[in-house]
Amino acid sequence: MTYQLVLSLISGVFIAGAAAYLGTLMLSKKMAVVAGPLGHLALPGAALALVYGFSISLGAFPFVVVGILLIWLLEIRTKLQMEALTAIVFATGVAAAFLFLPIDKAQAALIGDISKVGIHATVAAVVLGTIVFIAINRSYPEIMLISIHEDLAKTEGINVKLYNLLYLSAIAIIVALGVDLVGGLMTAALVAIPAAAARNVSRTLAQYGLAAGACGIISSIIGILSATFSGLPAGPLVILTSGFIFLVTVTMAKV
Amino acid sequence: MSDVLLEVKNFRVALEGSLVLSDLNFTVEEGEFLTILGPNGSGKTVLVKALLGLVPYEGVVNWHKKPQIGYLPQGLNQMSVRDMPLTVKDFFTLKKLKTHEVLNYLSLVGLDKSVLNKRAGYLSGGEFQRMLVAWVLATRPNVLFLDEPTTAVDIAGGETIYSLLRNIWREQKLTVFNVTHDLNIVFAHSTHVLCLSRFRHPCYGVPKEVLTPEVLSDVYGADVKFHTH
Repeated sequence: MTYQLVLSLISGVFIAGAAAYLGTLMLSKKMAVVAGPLGHLALPGAALALVYGFSISLGAFPFVVVGILLIWLLEIRTKLQMEALTAIVFATGVAAAFLFLPIDKAQAALIGDISKVGIHATVAAVVLGTIVFIAINRSYPEIMLISIHEDLAKTEGINVKLYNLLYLSAIAIIVALGVDLVGGLMTAALVAIPAAAARNVSRTLAQYGLAAGACGIISSIIGILSATFSGLPAGPLVILTSGFIFLVTVTMAKV
Repeated sequence: MSDVLLEVKNFRVALEGSLVLSDLNFTVEEGEFLTILGPNGSGKTVLVKALLGLVPYEGVVNWHKKPQIGYLPQGLNQMSVRDMPLTVKDFFTLKKLKTHEVLNYLSLVGLDKSVLNKRAGYLSGGEFQRMLVAWVLATRPNVLFLDEPTTAVDIAGGETIYSLLRNIWREQKLTVFNVTHDLNIVFAHSTHVLCLSRFRHPCYGVPKEVLTPEVLSDVYGADVKFHTH
């Protein structure tokens, strides 16, 4: 196993594991779809990173933060449905990216390129993935209660604004990291598919988190390994693997 | 004579530019079972939310003792959590309770450990509501706000919930603010009533004294006949 493959696997496992775990909350808050436009908004940042030769995640991060603020503000100001905002933000992000994204480098921004990840990006994935996992794990009861009934959470003394900020920050970090693994086009799948698969086979919250994390990690390992041996890009293979796992869980679905 | 718990003076709420509540003045004593009565759109839920600090208001809301509040919101039922893999036990772990504590609170509402590992979204309406009452009691509140606690429950189930709430109110010496538009509940379970109406000034007092046929007709904007036994 080459040094580069080890770095790719470590990055993939930490990004996909944390994304899947966060996805269990996003699915409960019916916000998994938000990761899509955020990934698309990250594209201009990824494009800048490719043009100037720095980390895609680093380039994506400020754009994702702006995207989160944009969606939050647009929802308050316009009261438009999330689906409409998704379409608007999606189109704007992609259009801005293609203004200055070199076509020969477009693939890495659109579908990710974990096979060339460096040591610094790997360390960032391990550290940030762990921080997101711990932060979400510690605040899971509070965020889950907010998603069940916000007013109930408030009267139980939960600082809803603070937890929403924490939750959105976790999304921003995961989407920025996810762009490296699966590209700007498929970040929603990185959070939504493992969580959806886990929901099919879980009866309890503990099973839900575990199964989602396992699905994310297994998908990233199989996707990255099969990319190495087939020469195909890793991002789509990671997503296709988790899509296949989802299909298997449909046959085992518990209600 | 009981101590005053809450004083509300010159209370008004305007939401998105329209006045929902105005001229509201009342005092609640510790241990009251106060029903907030009124037709749809009279501002019952808004009043509760304002007292809980969930919507802005003008006027004075003076709690004489810091209340430990429990809240059963309107519209939270088993369907709200049906798409989540959330057992009854999980629902209580959101409050970080241990299993033996959960069982104690469940027994207060007549549920046993057989529901512990059931999915909360697949309980019956009555079971879910009782679980919710147990869940709210787990923070040891001394003031309970109940917003239409029986809307997702059939008539017999609703009566069971109210009998249960009345027993808990008595045994735990709670003060209850209960929202309903059901006159039966007022006469059967409440010590006091606050009636809200879009057509007249609010009324407050002991149900049999203040809820005259004229007042009821004004509150509901139509002839309402009700016979107490």
